[in-house]
Amino acid sequence: MSLGDSSSELGKVRGLGSAREGGEHWISERVSSVALVLLGVWLIASLLFLPSLDHATVSEWLRTPLGAVPMALFVITSFYHGLDGLKVVVDDYVHEPGNNFALNTLLLFAAVGGAAFALFALAKVAFGAAA
Amino acid sequence: MAEQRARPLSPHLGIWRWGPGMAASIFHRISGGALTVAGLAVLTWWLLALADGGDAYGDFTAIAGTWVGLVVLIGLSWAFFQHLLTGIRHLVMDTGENFELRGNKNAAIATFVGALLLTAALWFYILGVTK
Repeated sequence: MSLGDSSSELGKVRGLGSAREGGEHWISERVSSVALVLLGVWLIASLLFLPSLDHATVSEWLRTPLGAVPMALFVITSFYHGLDGLKVVVDDYVHEPGNNFALNTLLLFAAVGGAAFALFALAKVAFGAAA
Repeated sequence: MAEQRARPLSPHLGIWRWGPGMAASIFHRISGGALTVAGLAVLTWWLLALADGGDAYGDFTAIAGTWVGLVVLIGLSWAFFQHLLTGIRHLVMDTGENFELRGNKNAAIATFVGALLLTAALWFYILGVTK
């Protein structure tokens, strides 16, 4: 069974499930959402428990593995999940195939580009020398 | 050939009223879009400012501390909690649970109440600590 198929034998007989490959996207959106429940709560709790949000304290926190690694995962997963979500919105409202493809490509570039900048900045802080 | 007469359409999209279930769905989509566009922009800006050094980070926190900055941050945290709770509601419904009218309505209302309470608690804590 590929993830795009209906999940049960009866569903397959009845022709339920995705017509093409949408099932994969549906699953990926939900898997990333579960990851973001954990990472999102981690991020808010971490910011609350830091003694201060000044430059030195936040930089020091992001130089530790327990700060930098979940933050990198949060950046990747949130851009990934945001792209998945906006693709659903575009597919719902933009029906003309050319416009749909163009807009989804634009979103892909924006998400990959944004995530790359965020990861570069994080890496610079994480691997930077202590001030 | 006779001109085709307009056939009557079912008014399935023209007649509706607000209810907790559809409101939860709409707010899930709006909050997800806001988190992706504005939330990820703020996250990336914050990380870039942090990587750039104390001066750039000072500019970021100065802007974040203005009333416009606070409205954006409070709005994003509210969008986060709303999207988190309606997202969990969707994950529950993905398993086929809670489609009974009363339980579904109550869960939808609970996401709005919960998101407002969590946002209020977060910001009472933050503003209480810094003042």
